[in-house]
Amino acid sequence: MADFVSFYLMPGVVLGCIYALGAVGLTLLFGILRFAHFAHGDVMTVGAYVAFVGVVSFGLTAYQSIPLAILVSVLLVMAIDRTFYRPLRRASPIVLLISGFGVALMLRAAILFFFGPDGGVYEQGIRRPMIFATEWGRFRIQERHLWIIGGAVALALTLHLFLTRTRLGKAMRAMSDNPDLARITGIPTERVILATWAIGGATAATAGVFLAIDTQVNPMMGMNMLLPIFAAMILGGVGRPWGAVFGGLVLGIAEELVAAPIWGGQPLLSPAYKVGLSFAVMVLLLIFRPTGLFKGQS
Amino acid sequence: MTLDSLGLYLISLLTMGGIYAVLALGLNIQWGMTGLMNAGVAGFVAIGAYTTAILTTAPSGMHLGGFGWPVWAGMLAATLASGLLALPIALICIRLRSDYLAMATLGIAEILRLVVRNEEWATGGPRGVAGLPKPFTDLAAPYDQLAYLGMVLALIALVYWLAERAYRAPWGRVQRAIRENEVAAAAAGKNVEAFRLQSFVLGAMVMGLGGSLLAHNIRFIGPEAVEPLIATFLVWVMLIAGGSGNNRGAILGAFAIWSLWAVTEIATAQLPPELGGRAAYVRVFLIGLALQLILLYRPQGLIGEKPPRPLSRID
Repeated sequence: MADFVSFYLMPGVVLGCIYALGAVGLTLLFGILRFAHFAHGDVMTVGAYVAFVGVVSFGLTAYQSIPLAILVSVLLVMAIDRTFYRPLRRASPIVLLISGFGVALMLRAAILFFFGPDGGVYEQGIRRPMIFATEWGRFRIQERHLWIIGGAVALALTLHLFLTRTRLGKAMRAMSDNPDLARITGIPTERVILATWAIGGATAATAGVFLAIDTQVNPMMGMNMLLPIFAAMILGGVGRPWGAVFGGLVLGIAEELVAAPIWGGQPLLSPAYKVGLSFAVMVLLLIFRPTGLFKGQS
Repeated sequence: MTLDSLGLYLISLLTMGGIYAVLALGLNIQWGMTGLMNAGVAGFVAIGAYTTAILTTAPSGMHLGGFGWPVWAGMLAATLASGLLALPIALICIRLRSDYLAMATLGIAEILRLVVRNEEWATGGPRGVAGLPKPFTDLAAPYDQLAYLGMVLALIALVYWLAERAYRAPWGRVQRAIRENEVAAAAAGKNVEAFRLQSFVLGAMVMGLGGSLLAHNIRFIGPEAVEPLIATFLVWVMLIAGGSGNNRGAILGAFAIWSLWAVTEIATAQLPPELGGRAAYVRVFLIGLALQLILLYRPQGLIGEKPPRPLSRID
């Protein structure tokens, strides 16, 4: 029981938090701009590498580098939106999707050019887990996992307050519900779009740093996150931030659990295929319930 | 570089460009004609390439197969296998809206890539399948390559002819109608799902053929050869650059972008090694940038679509 929590449930929750942060931005962008942002995973990679620079060049800790990573990523996605996406706003969402595909490629190529293909770690060496001896057994919890979960919860609550309490947040939800109605009631749509990019960039960058804290920085990390966060977005219903959080948590935990040897000592799925789980969930959802579990936009 | 090696280089350049032209023609059937966004081209390339690899190689303990079929039979089987795989995918995914179809096909292609990487007993895993037969190797040195190029070009001509016939036929007109306005096409009594399914399967078959050409050309197939960047994204850039909806545009785009890709490779090879490795990423960056510029400034591509004019009325 304690081993199960320590080695499978906890890493699953952490992965779920990272998916959730990625999917929240994706789902807001899909709701407002009505396009699937294929470069979102690579924005996560950018965030992780900015923090890497913060750690290596400025001697900050990974956590202290998060504001820097957010700042750079937000400015970057705003600039990308201005240059590449904005002129295509009136084109079909597919053209935007292809453009996002191109941006993803450019971001990854830029990262590979500056940092090479090998990746790296924020911190050398292995940290021993904290041990909690309880009547149910000895739980081994990594300190970083608590920080990641705490950070994700704080960010999600902040975002919730922003969306429900502020004028801009309400405008954002209105635009997501009905863009034409929002426009004729005088909502400054371009400002809302910029704010959406700010949120999307900030959450993606944080997710990237968290992922790199948990594993390592790697040029392909964001690309590998892309399909799971799409799956999380669709699971929760497109355009629904809390749905995306839920979807991310479900997928993250499920991915670790199918690899856990809890069913008769055998994992349900060979660990090599556990990343395939999200793809499979996504494909099945798209086919049988494209509006997700909590009726999002179709 | 001597004249001989230059000639050989040109032949290999044209061969690879030609193979990509086949892939772009396949994508043009799906996207250009019907508007189906298939982001999983790599999956169908992989099916084609691995089918022919398993059927035509000599027996080997490293992977499934060793049936020693002739190359033409392997290529035919690759085409059919790709279509067979596309059929169930189309049956369940074809109703999806285009951006969801893109995600679903991308997901399916990634699952396929996982299978190819992990099922060593069948595909050789990361080591891939080597030692595929290449036709015409009994000819003397540049003529074997030349003959292979000839075969590729002949297949392009065949696929082009078929695709063009389909495009101009009433069948193609319905596909264009579905692309432009699905509801109107359905209202006119057309079975939209059936037409979309046919287009998806036919396009996938052409991609499978392209995959088998790729595998026989380099006599090897491994998971790296069916990475999304090389096998999906490049084909998309080619089709959009050439002009989606236009079969000639698909061919032109494939040769143009492949030449660009290959020429930048020569340029980066001249750089000192510590820079040369990194310059490869500059190539990828430039391809991404080229796509953006085309989307922004010439969305119709080099040669845009020219639908056949309706027959003039006889007065």
